[in-house]
Amino acid sequence: MNGTAVVVGASVGGVRTAQALRREGWQGRITLVGAESHLPYDKPPLSKQLLAGTWDVPRTRLLDEDAAKRDDIELRLGRPAVGLDPADREVRLADGAALPYGVAVLATGSAARPSPWRPRSGLHLLRGLDDAAALRRDLRRPGPVVVVGGGFIGAEVAAGVRALGKAVTVVDPAPVPMGRVMGEEVGRLFTGLHHRHGTATAFGVGVAEVTGEAGSLEVRLTDGRVLPAATVVVGIGAVPNDAWLRDSGLPVEDGVLCDAACRVIGVEDVYAVGDVARWHHPGHGRRVRVEHWTNAVEQASCAAYNIVHPDTPRDHAPVEYVWSDQYDWKAQIIGRPDTASTHRLIGDPHAVPARFAALYGDDEGRLTGAVLVGWPKATLRIRRMAAQGTAFTTAVEEIGAME
Amino acid sequence: MLGLIADLNACQGYANCVIAAPDTYDIDDDGLVVLLRARIPGEDRARVEEAARSCPVSALTIEER
Repeated sequence: MNGTAVVVGASVGGVRTAQALRREGWQGRITLVGAESHLPYDKPPLSKQLLAGTWDVPRTRLLDEDAAKRDDIELRLGRPAVGLDPADREVRLADGAALPYGVAVLATGSAARPSPWRPRSGLHLLRGLDDAAALRRDLRRPGPVVVVGGGFIGAEVAAGVRALGKAVTVVDPAPVPMGRVMGEEVGRLFTGLHHRHGTATAFGVGVAEVTGEAGSLEVRLTDGRVLPAATVVVGIGAVPNDAWLRDSGLPVEDGVLCDAACRVIGVEDVYAVGDVARWHHPGHGRRVRVEHWTNAVEQASCAAYNIVHPDTPRDHAPVEYVWSDQYDWKAQIIGRPDTASTHRLIGDPHAVPARFAALYGDDEGRLTGAVLVGWPKATLRIRRMAAQGTAFTTAVEEIGAME
Repeated sequence: MLGLIADLNACQGYANCVIAAPDTYDIDDDGLVVLLRARIPGEDRARVEEAARSCPVSALTIEER
């Protein structure tokens, strides 16, 4: 196949698609479109190493000009795509440019869910490099930090802020952090982790209002308590960047709808990868959208392969995998613990360093997922077992034997 | 031929490389990457290189030899 491959989105899904297209033997031009003017950078470190100050910005770079040149990838940075016309086969950019495509790959990712609270200043979302820089600057102010949202981003930010030696409180309406994903018992272990590292928590209570300005904010909770804060960080989820496709005629329903081979439904030669793709996962038997780094990377490989080998397409049917660095724990989440009806804890969450696995099983006796801390060998074993459809009891025995 | 280099100081044991190319990468009991072969024939290049690029901390590099 020939022509120009236009990859829209220069985060990990887009960059890896462009690189994989070249590796798979794509002969035509490859244009990588990025909304931001920064060279493509990686997002996981923004709430982890970059916030804590252990990495600098260049270390987060996914693709520099030399690497782009080596793979003959043309960078079009600083101009977001504003539309796609499948009849004229063009991607339109904000500056009026129209990029004709032989094949288009949609990799525009997701954005932080906007904050419903709007103080005059001092409230931060964390999604991009500019957000991270603004937060780092604001954290130089003396005074406590309030983090709204006890999920991955919120917990990582709290850990990073503690590493800077500042007082921090995490607020979340759920009774335990990440309880929807891992259940109450395992979620409670992460509450304990916050407390051991000196982070205060206000769980089971919502935020009513945030008022004031940077340096002197007040976070009023729904139970009437008021938390003073110099800086507030809001991490309450993400929404797919699919609004630019509104007039394209492409099927968009909380993400752009794709088949198992990453092809957008109802159009020719348009693929989607990463957070913006809602694709049919053959293993789950339904459409899913996954906001994990590893999914974007694996989906990029799959889409690139299918673009270059359209007659022998592969399905994208991964076992989900995501990690989260919180204080001295590196948590790994495999598969879908949230679909489980039972779980078993193996190992010792209270040891230092902690090493444990929580395995999850469904009503049919299958292993659906796991949460692990500090146990890479068991993590790999479980990723393989989940891919093979292993029985829950077998998985419990095997991991138990590794203890 | 391609050569493979692993940065053991960077490796954090994510094992994405092992999932993507189990004939080339493994991890040891401490969660550090083990290269099962150091030289990669051309026909395996795409797979092995994409596996290297699936490392969240860029601990794997591939070079022409």
